[in-house]
Amino acid sequence: MKKNQKLLPILTNGIIKENPILRLVLGTCPFLAITTCATNGIGMGIAATFVLIGSNATVSLLRNFIPDKVRIPAYITIIAGFVTIVQMLVKAFLPSIDSALGIYLPLIVVNCIILARAEMFANKNSVLPSIFDAIGMGIGFTLSLLVMGAIRELLGAGTIFSIPITSNFIEPMTIMILPPGGFFVFGILVAIANIVATKSGKKPVTSFGCETCNGDCGSCKGEVNDCE
Amino acid sequence: MSSLITIFLAGIMTENMVLSKFLGICSFLGVSQKVKTALSMSIAVIFVMFMSTAVTYPIYAYLLLPKDLDYLQTLVFILVIAALVQLIEIALKKLSQPIYSALGIYLPLITTNCIILGITLLNFTKDLSYVESLVNSLGAGAGYLVAMVIFAGVRGRIESCDIPERLQGLPITLISASIVSLSFLGFSGIVG
Repeated sequence: MKKNQKLLPILTNGIIKENPILRLVLGTCPFLAITTCATNGIGMGIAATFVLIGSNATVSLLRNFIPDKVRIPAYITIIAGFVTIVQMLVKAFLPSIDSALGIYLPLIVVNCIILARAEMFANKNSVLPSIFDAIGMGIGFTLSLLVMGAIRELLGAGTIFSIPITSNFIEPMTIMILPPGGFFVFGILVAIANIVATKSGKKPVTSFGCETCNGDCGSCKGEVNDCE
Repeated sequence: MSSLITIFLAGIMTENMVLSKFLGICSFLGVSQKVKTALSMSIAVIFVMFMSTAVTYPIYAYLLLPKDLDYLQTLVFILVIAALVQLIEIALKKLSQPIYSALGIYLPLITTNCIILGITLLNFTKDLSYVESLVNSLGAGAGYLVAMVIFAGVRGRIESCDIPERLQGLPITLISASIVSLSFLGFSGIVG
């Protein structure tokens, strides 16, 4: 019974309290690169969620068998395996998403979120909580991608999901779907998340996620949580 | 020859990996507080990127492709890069203590840096030859160095500025990155 009560907080943890993008500031490369429209955001989010669930479950199952010294290479191999599966599935069933995400699909391998969750959570917990953690983190990541993609698409092209919203009467600001717009919208989003966090009595994110652990996600051992 | 120069310059200006392709953002924002550390990190990245391209290209072209194993590309590349970084670290420790003490701490960070895997994968999506790939990785590395050093300078200036409370830290860093990126848009059309 006690275990079941704990599962729900694990799930919601990743969505709001420890949102991977806005609170932990992990996995920013794909976040900035592919959010030129909302559809891409969802595609990337689902692909990363699938890899997260797979790798978290596998790492959790094997946590007692993987020697501590070689755990990071072992995790990377597991993650790369799942990324390869996703790549093949997307190529076969969603070729349009495949061409939109391009090189960023294989780059899920080096996405900090996935390695960080393997190291910080799946390594220490049993299978079911690990899967819930992966789902929560995945939803949090997908939601942030969706919000960012929608804002940039609305401002930069005047559409959301290719449906015209403001493009008929306002000239869209193309700069927003270009690289500078990505940095800018992300900066504003983090500022908003910080205001919300401060209001609800939490510390704002001031340093970059990888900054707290010198960018070495492998050896950070969950110190990222200190931003909480 | 002229095409090689074009590839190199495009890597620095129009196709800057950090500011237009968003690769290596982690280290771009994380290790750019001081010009000196930014410089050391960039040199380590250039070195590893060049070596990774030199090793992964033949593996893909002569081992994976002929055997129809190209779907293993991602898996093989990341393991090769991880092993290579370890080897470079061990070799540097033995061979050159000054270089190791300058670059050593940055090497482990580089394995999970998406710019390395990114460039080795991009070389194949762009259909480059071996020499072109090597030049492309050098150009991308130089572009990373330019972006890092410029941004470290910008951040140094920000530190002495009066910033609105809500924008302090990460938000203002991202917004200034946006402006640096904007200035690189000005290069578009110059090369390629």
